[in-house]
This record gives sequence, C-alpha cells and structure tokens, in this order.
Amino acid sequence: MSKAVIDALVERFKDPVHGDGVSGAATGPGGDDVAVVTRERLLEVCQFLRDDPGMQFNLAPYITAVDYLGREPRFEVVYNLLSTTRNWRIRLRVQVAEGDAVLPSVCGIWRGANWFERYCFDMYGLTFTGHPDHRRLYMYDEFVGHPLRKDYPLRGRQPLVTELEVPAEQFRGPGPAERSE
Amino acid sequence: MSTELDAIPGIIPTRRDDAMGALEKMVSQGLGWARKYSLFQYPFVTACCGMEYMTLAAARYDLDRFGAALPRFSPRQADLLMVVGTVNCKQAPILRRVWESISEPKWVMAFGVCASSGGFYDNYATVQGIDRIIPVDVYVPGCPPRPEQVLDGIMMLQAKIQGQHHQFTEGRPLPVLGQAPRPR
Amino acid sequence: MSTEVKEVVKQVAAPRSSELDAPLSSKRMLVNLGPSHPAMHGTARAVVELEGENIASCKLDIGFLHRGFEKSCENVTWTQVFPYTDRLNYVSSIMNNVGFALAVEKLCKLEVPERAQYLRTITSEIHRICDHLTLVGALGLELGAMTVFLYAIEGRDLLWDRLTELCGARLTSNYARIGGVSRDIPEGWSEKTVATLDRVVLIRDEIDALLTRNRIFVDRTRGVGTVSRADALDLGFTGPCLRASGEPYDIRKAAPYLVYDRLDFDIPVGSNGDTFDRYLVRIEEMKQSDRMVRQCLRDMAPGELVVRDFRYVLPPKPEVYGTIEGVMAHFKLIMEGIQVPAGEAYGYTEAANGELGFYLVSDGSGRPYKIGLRAPGWPMLAALPVILQGALLSDLVPVFDSINMIGGEVEQ
Repeated sequence: MSKAVIDALVERFKDPVHGDGVSGAATGPGGDDVAVVTRERLLEVCQFLRDDPGMQFNLAPYITAVDYLGREPRFEVVYNLLSTTRNWRIRLRVQVAEGDAVLPSVCGIWRGANWFERYCFDMYGLTFTGHPDHRRLYMYDEFVGHPLRKDYPLRGRQPLVTELEVPAEQFRGPGPAERSE
Repeated sequence: MSTELDAIPGIIPTRRDDAMGALEKMVSQGLGWARKYSLFQYPFVTACCGMEYMTLAAARYDLDRFGAALPRFSPRQADLLMVVGTVNCKQAPILRRVWESISEPKWVMAFGVCASSGGFYDNYATVQGIDRIIPVDVYVPGCPPRPEQVLDGIMMLQAKIQGQHHQFTEGRPLPVLGQAPRPR
Repeated sequence: MSTEVKEVVKQVAAPRSSELDAPLSSKRMLVNLGPSHPAMHGTARAVVELEGENIASCKLDIGFLHRGFEKSCENVTWTQVFPYTDRLNYVSSIMNNVGFALAVEKLCKLEVPERAQYLRTITSEIHRICDHLTLVGALGLELGAMTVFLYAIEGRDLLWDRLTELCGARLTSNYARIGGVSRDIPEGWSEKTVATLDRVVLIRDEIDALLTRNRIFVDRTRGVGTVSRADALDLGFTGPCLRASGEPYDIRKAAPYLVYDRLDFDIPVGSNGDTFDRYLVRIEEMKQSDRMVRQCLRDMAPGELVVRDFRYVLPPKPEVYGTIEGVMAHFKLIMEGIQVPAGEAYGYTEAANGELGFYLVSDGSGRPYKIGLRAPGWPMLAALPVILQGALLSDLVPVFDSINMIGGEVEQ
C-alpha cells in the first residue's frame, strides 16, 4: 500500500534540472517504506502529503534526528507520517550536513511537530526556520552543548547546584569505563 | 522498641543519655515520642517510585498506622521530606530550595535507588544520589522498593528520631533560610 | 481571547455615569504551578497567565525528569535496554517492554512462538487495566473523590499480586525478551487471574457507579478541555484521547500485532472530545481489556516461550554447561549483545496512552546506535497550552489528569 505512495512521490518530485527532490528506498530493511527527501523540497513534499486527497497524511506521530558521526552529511532528520483515513505509514528522511544544520519547520503543516523539532534542536543542535517557539525542551538554559550528539560524553554532567565530592570509582553505572565529571 | 533496633548493627546510636539530666531526658524522650508518631511528609514525587508511594498511602499498606498519613504540600508545614524518584540536574536546585524551606526539626528519606545513588541512570542528566545535595537520614533502596521496605525505613527513622536529643526551646536564634541546620 | 474575556473588556471600556458603577479591572497575574506540585503528576512546570480566573496563556516547562534514556541505551546491549524501557511508562511497563521487543524483532525478522505472543498480550492488557485504574483514581483524587482513589489502588494492587507471581516485580516487570518472554506462568495462575479479574470488575463497577453519573464530577469534566477531531489529528494525538475526540484509530485494529487479529473486542470512540469523554473511553477500554484477557487465557496452548535461535536468545542451561556451542553462544550474547542486523525500523504498538513507537537504528553491533522513543503522552502534553486557552484555572487540573501525562515517557 505505502509503496504506492513512495512511487507516487518519486514520480511527482523528480526534477531533472536540480536533481531528485525525492529518491526512494521503497522498502527499508525494517519492512518500512522510506523516501529520502532533500531539504529544499521538504515543505512542498509535506504539503502535498497532507493536502492531496489521494494521500491524506493527517498525523505526524514521530519526528526525530540521528547523528551519523563520521559520515558526511552528519545528521539525518526522520519524519514518520500516518494517514488515519487510509491506514498508510511512510517515513521521510532528510540529510543535513554538520556545518549547515538548518531545516525548514513543518509546524505550519502539522502543529504537533512543534515539540519534536524543539527536541531535535535541544539534543542535536539542528535549527528549524519558521518555528514559533525555538528554544530548548529538556535541558536547562545554562547547559552548554547538545547531549545526544555522539561526541558528547555520556557522563558529562553540568550541575546547577554544587554537589558533594564522592570518590568516583565505587559508583559506576552502565556505560564506558572512563568517567568525566 | 528503640532498644531492640539499636542492637542491630548498622544503626548508629545517637542518644546522649550520659550528658543529659533526668528531667531533660524525660522531656527529650517525650518529645521524641511525639515527633516520631506524627510525621508530616512532604512527598517530593518525581518518577516511578511515586506509584509505590501512592500504594503506601492507600488502604492496604496504610501509612496512617505510623502516624505519617497526612502529606503537607507546603514545605513550611512538613517535617519529613520524602524524595521519591529520580532527581536530575534541572530539578536539583528546586530540591535544595524545598529542603531549605522546611522548618526545623526535619528529616529526609531517600525513597528508591535513584534518590539514594542515582540508580542505573549514570549519565549527563541525573544527580548521583540526593546526598550530594542535601543530608539524608534514611535510605530506602529498591527499584521501586516494595511498600513493606518503605515501612521498614519509616520504622528505622522513628527509632532514630526517638534517640535524638529534643528540647522545647533551643535558646538560640532561629536559622536563616539558606544556612545549614544545626547538627544534633 | 475567549468570549468571557471579551465581555469583561467591553464592560470596562463602556461609557458610564459614575466611577462607583465601573467594574473593577485587573492586571494579569502570573502563577507558577510546579514542578514540585501535587497535581502536576510528578514534574512539569506550568506558568499560567491569569485574567481573573481565566487562563489567558499557559506555558509549559518540562525536562525535570529527563534521565537520558536514549543516551544510556546507546551504551548498553540490546537486552540490557529492557529495564530502561520499563521505567518509561511506569504504570504499564510491560507494554513498553513488548513494544521495544517487537521493534527489535522487526529489524531481526524474528517470528515469536505463539505461546509467547499470548503471554505478551495477556500481560499487556492487564497492565492496560492498571494504567486506566491509576488514571481514574488520580482523576477522582484530584477532584476531591478520595474514595475512588482508594478503590482504584486496591484494584491495581490485586493485579500487581498476579504479576508479581509471574514476573517477580510489581511495577517494573522486565518481562519480555527479544524472541519471546522470560518465564512461563506458574501453576494455577490462569484460574487465579480470572478470579482477580472478577474482583477488579466489581471494583471498576463501583468506581463507575460513584463517578459516571455523579453531578459534581460531570459538572467539572463535561465540556472542559474540548478538543475537536480535526484539532486532535493536527496536534498529533493518538490513543484514548484521539478516540475520545471521535477518530476511531486504534493500532490493534488497524495494524494488528501479537494475537489481536484473533481476539474479539470493540473500540470505544467518544463524541465530544472533552475530559468526561476521555474518562469514559478509559472505563470502556478496561471492560474490553478484561474481555481480551479472558479470551487469551482460554485459548492459550502450551508451547515454546522463546525462539530457538541462539543468535538472539540465551540457550537453556543444560546446553550451556553441556555443549561447546551453548557456551560460546551464551558468552557472546552476554558479553557483546545480540547482533541485530544493520538498518532502521520504526515499531509501533498501542500502549495504554496511545501510539508507543520505537525508532531503532542499528549498526550491526551488539549495542543500539540510536533508540528513538515516541512517547504516547507527548503530543497531548504539548497541546495543553492550546486546549487550556480561555479555560478556568480550576479546569487545568482535570484536563491535565485526563491527558495522562506520565513523566517517565514524556521526559525520557
């Protein structure tokens, strides 16, 4: 079912001059239907997916980002979309490079995307143009850095209240052996 | 009750009988009895242990039997701060502030393993045990602890309270918000 | 602005004969609720701007329970992720375990044996009943009905007794494994569970009788926090809150997993999308879950608990101590973790609160590369400022309750 959606997307957004807006990997290894979209055509694709009567993707349940450290482009933003009327699910992937981690915001298309994009900003450092409330979601304002990036240490705590010093070796939770406090 | 619990190794005896006169001792024991059986908790509930706290306060594992039924959601009216669940670095200043606001005498219970030592969340976000921020009287480990375990913790705390030195008036100026409390 | 606020402004600006007749105008007041607040379900801070008693705007500040779930999971093996998933939605933790296991099995292309599927379904539905009981109890408690809270907690305790016999823990069960479940039901557990469910039905009917036609409860919840169907879809709602707004979308019917395609159950759908509907949908869902558990206990046949594949599942102890392949498989699984093939997958299930999604990225090693959690309560919490526009301050509490924000999953 959703494979037809991917094929229709690839068909419609093919652009011989500027390069493909959408290239398909029709069935991903997890059994899901994925389309790789370029950043420039993202808003157009999402608008088409929501408004076209043949598509009707009215819910955006999950939007997240992945940090592929060591690969260029480094970040990938993943949009999972659902059509409740047709019971279809697809996934869009947008790749952004590290130095240019800016994307258009889809909050104008699905209002529910608001906090997902704030999460991507807080955890990965991606900026979304046109977002109504662009600030951190989980971490406090004094926090420096973006925790879910692969180069941020697991135990990189930045305490707000002075904490008592405790000898480190006795208490170590799961994770790598080095401790950075 | 306090004598048999004191025989268990691990409980630090805190009585200073030898330094007190007989009347002082009676007053201290009377006040200790009153204070231990009328604990007003401030349930600083954050996470999963809150579910076990709810069970504790409900009908089956009744906390009312121990005199500690009534939660007081204003720190000025409470005396037992139960830190229930994980405290992370964003919540730490709030915990510190709530603890400072509680009037003397006050006790702190670390409910659950996340409050005692950070649990298995050894990462950028979690405080590795609230005793890094505030002094703790009783640690109740468990993820989450069974309600019977928490009741055991409350009984140990009651034994500790009985053994502390209590007076009607301390004869010293009241503490200012932000200062450490007087040691017992 | 709401119509009442417009009325106030019109009155204040109207021409009048003497200042003594003029209505009092007031400045807006900023009230901070939380993060350590009895009604804030743990830790959310709501900064509310009040125009009299009406909420002019509400800003939510979260992150007070962010425990670094995703980063911690990137540093442990796939099987060690299960305790972390337990503590996401801690009121119905088996559903988190099952959701994660299903997502990993989608990546590994594993087919779980039938008895394990039945056991997963039974425990998931029992935990769904626990979740809804907790919500109804908390809703009653915060509106002043303390009795309902005590009854609901007793019902939950009875179910947890059965789960303790099965999993070993009351709350954070750690029951599912990749490839099946961890242990089988003890002797006589089916009969005991049916007896417990009968008692829970009595408790649920008692709560229903106390609340559903109660004048005070209805006055405080009917028409409060209304979300239209189109708004609910736009804001990303799923689960009971979406169904209360009128959209009949349930993953158990739309994309059945485990044994839901063989079970006979209905999906309650509301019409108004207000707090009362969200409460009623949950009461009805408890009835349906009860039906499902009884059917499963009747239909479950003896069989395997885990897939017999030593690349994913620990071999049984006689083989570990007896054969060299068993020892090697055991060693590799414990030390390195399950070698999940490289790729990505999004596995979604219908948890008690909505669509629970796990977006997994694997690089072929024994540790996850990324686990993205789609928390069911997240869109509802994010939509709270929109829902509460123009509502009374005292309406904030029932609306916040009916949304069922569980701090562990929303703040990961």
